[in-house]
Amino acid sequence: MKADVVVVGAGIVGSTIARELSKYEIDVAVVEKEADVAFGSPTKANTGVIHPGFDDPPGTVRAEHCSRGNALWHNIAREVAAPFEEVGCLVVALKDEEIRVLEELKSRGDANGVPDLEIVDDDRLHRIEPHLNTGAVAALLAPTAAITSPYELAMAMMENAVRNGARACFETEVTGITVKQDRVRGIQTTRGEMETQFVINAAGLWADRISAMVGLDQFTIHPRKGEYYILDKKAGYLARHVIFPTPSPISKGIVVTPTVEGNTLIGPNAQDIDDKRDMATTHSGLAEVWAGACRLIPSMADKNNMIITNFCGLRPEPDTKDFIVGSSKTVTGFINAAGMRSPGLTAAPSVALKVVDLLTGIGVELRRKPAFDPRRRSIERPMRESSLESAQSLIKEDPDYGYVVCRCEHVTKGEILEAIRRGASTLDGVKFRTRAGMGRCQGGFCGPYVLKLMSEELGIPAQSITKRGRESNVLLGRAKDLLREGNSND
Amino acid sequence: MTEMNEDVVVIGGGAAGLAAAIRAKETGAESVLVLDRDSELGGILPQCVHTGFGLHYFKENLTGPEYIARFVDRARALGVESKLDTMVLRLKPEKEIVAANSLDGLLTIRAKSVVLAMGCRERTRGALSIPGERPAGVFTAGTAQRLMDIEGFMPGKRVVVLGSGDVGLIVARRFAVEGAKVEAVIEILPYPGGLARNIIQCLEDFSIPLLLSHTVTAVHGAERVSGVSVAGVDEKGNLIAGTESMIPCDTLILSVGLIPENELSEEAGIILDPSTGGPVVDQHMETSIRGIFACGNAVHVHDLVDHVTETGIVAGSSAAKFALGELEPLKNRVRLRPGSGVRYVVPQVISGYQPATVYLRVRNPVRNATIRAGDITFPLRAARPAETVTLEFTEKRNEKLRGKAELEISLEEKGHVD
Repeated sequence: MKADVVVVGAGIVGSTIARELSKYEIDVAVVEKEADVAFGSPTKANTGVIHPGFDDPPGTVRAEHCSRGNALWHNIAREVAAPFEEVGCLVVALKDEEIRVLEELKSRGDANGVPDLEIVDDDRLHRIEPHLNTGAVAALLAPTAAITSPYELAMAMMENAVRNGARACFETEVTGITVKQDRVRGIQTTRGEMETQFVINAAGLWADRISAMVGLDQFTIHPRKGEYYILDKKAGYLARHVIFPTPSPISKGIVVTPTVEGNTLIGPNAQDIDDKRDMATTHSGLAEVWAGACRLIPSMADKNNMIITNFCGLRPEPDTKDFIVGSSKTVTGFINAAGMRSPGLTAAPSVALKVVDLLTGIGVELRRKPAFDPRRRSIERPMRESSLESAQSLIKEDPDYGYVVCRCEHVTKGEILEAIRRGASTLDGVKFRTRAGMGRCQGGFCGPYVLKLMSEELGIPAQSITKRGRESNVLLGRAKDLLREGNSND
Repeated sequence: MTEMNEDVVVIGGGAAGLAAAIRAKETGAESVLVLDRDSELGGILPQCVHTGFGLHYFKENLTGPEYIARFVDRARALGVESKLDTMVLRLKPEKEIVAANSLDGLLTIRAKSVVLAMGCRERTRGALSIPGERPAGVFTAGTAQRLMDIEGFMPGKRVVVLGSGDVGLIVARRFAVEGAKVEAVIEILPYPGGLARNIIQCLEDFSIPLLLSHTVTAVHGAERVSGVSVAGVDEKGNLIAGTESMIPCDTLILSVGLIPENELSEEAGIILDPSTGGPVVDQHMETSIRGIFACGNAVHVHDLVDHVTETGIVAGSSAAKFALGELEPLKNRVRLRPGSGVRYVVPQVISGYQPATVYLRVRNPVRNATIRAGDITFPLRAARPAETVTLEFTEKRNEKLRGKAELEISLEEKGHVD
């Protein structure tokens, strides 16, 4: 196998870079060790906020890419028909002393070119955010802050990249990179070798390991765990903006935010851990998240019967304390887009533009592809978004869109089949593309039916369908198998 | 858009909905339509292949499929219409229903009366906030049952069941019968949730350990479940430090409660009772909106399907009478409220002029107690929270209700508590 450029990692950073590169007449391959786009922890499980860009001091790489990334997403999200809502954010001061921090953030934001920042007084604050703690004294309002669904956004970007000629190779883990005479020559993977002269390291949590494969070990990535609760849409009225507390030095704090689907999301806490595979939520962490959210929205306290689920994500925290974006000085053809913890999601399209510059800088000739189509069509959701008339005509065209499979989120059979056709190969892949199983019953009702549909559509037995790849099989055989094997309870 | 007009529309074709549809037809409603989102009638019963159904209603011991087949057959014989694979999207207070399916596309159905019989859903791991990893292999009991008994798959081979209610016990046995190893059934309370006969027939007969006053504190496994952590809890439900241990398994089954499904009722503006999670109903099973009735597990979670059927019969009869203009409004409405020791009371509104059957649930196990409703008392030999207690407000007892607007029903304990 051969590719002009290999992007390692199909998270939001890798997908966005792949889509940017698919605008040019080069052969791009994305290799990803997981079974689908956005299955790695940082993209799958984060707050889904497109930050305005006031958090990082001017002069940092993060500041350079955050406010530019925010502006870029406003267009790109629309092009690829991913969910995106400019709800604005509030950084809330609960004490008079914190107003000073808001002023600092505002002047930082102004210096970073963030538009329309203002500090709002308590009167207006409680009018625009009615369930906020009545003790809040002021807030920094950033109207350009937006919310998205990070996995849907990454999937939409990759889908558009593939439509424009990029290749995506899943369950393909990079095991080595061949370097000869200080130039990248190829990669080795669990599925064989690939010749290439250019490798872009967007490997998220594992970017330090990929970098070490070309002999560069100037940085390490350590995981910082953040836990979340997602609440029922019935509690979706609690927050109108992304609501931050006044930040601490290590984290932006526990946030209360609406989601693009109308749920309320709370979290994350920040826990430095050692194991990049530790994806377990904890009693203490979840308690911390709950308490943090109640400080901002006190009426949250009696909403624990509204919890849909909890989850956690790992931030890829670089020891260099900033994004690592640049060409290797010693190995030609190796480019890092690493250490992209928050605001990595926001910064991704700006970093992708930077990667194009870096490739040009090391002699890659990039010619625009005239046939590049920036637009992606989203999966139709007749029972949720469109008017009843357009739903009627869609069902007439394709009756599968009239059959509701997921009762809680009103997802139809047509949507599930379309998700499978667009590349969903696992239960989570279907869930992330359609929301089947994300509602109150958590797939209890639709799970068996989705398995059946996947089995029919993919032409594989239901027992080989996994939740998210590898050994995560949902079923462990046919009924009566164990009796035939002669196993028993005694 | 397809438009229909019906006398009675029943939302949900399970035990409650079918009983309601049958009785509505028998009472004289001309057109009765059942809407169900599944591809067959019967609700949950087709997957309940064990026996224990119909002991009260038919005085016979039937399996779930046998029990419900009698209602499906009767409904067909009477000419009850049904639309399957049909999802109700909206219910408007003026009794207009918007539904969807593949055949008709979108449907608008105007009904003279509506019966809500949506049943309930299972509480999930997420709702319980059990922390840990999120591997494959965590199922609710009903989903596991469906996979085994309808779809023909094994959801697991080495199983831990959380929750010792009847559903949990029956699913534990079902796994054992399939040859799976059931490591334990875990119950947070100091007593089992299910019926005594099920403890014997489902656990003891299969040597399945029951771990009382314990709960699951974490789920392990990066891909498939590899084990669960369990720990002891004190009387207040707090974890006891130092009691945590790990049980290796590939599957965790949750049987931790059922929640009446009332998203449609809420959207229509029907008043719900926070103590049941279902609509407030009077003894006609009429909700806070005239002409909309409710029955079965959508009203409150029942212990026996026989009781579900009975509420369906009342709702169906009332709905038909309403559609025919024959339902007299309830005279002298008395609002019942749960008092001390009582978790909830259904129906919440009765009359002093018609006999009424009232179901209640106690908060804790009791023996030799008295239930007091104003001047009316009912002796109660024994009751547990898992079983509903039935109170018959006979004509004679009812005389004492007349003129009252509200009545508290509470438990007076004479004897000891278990």
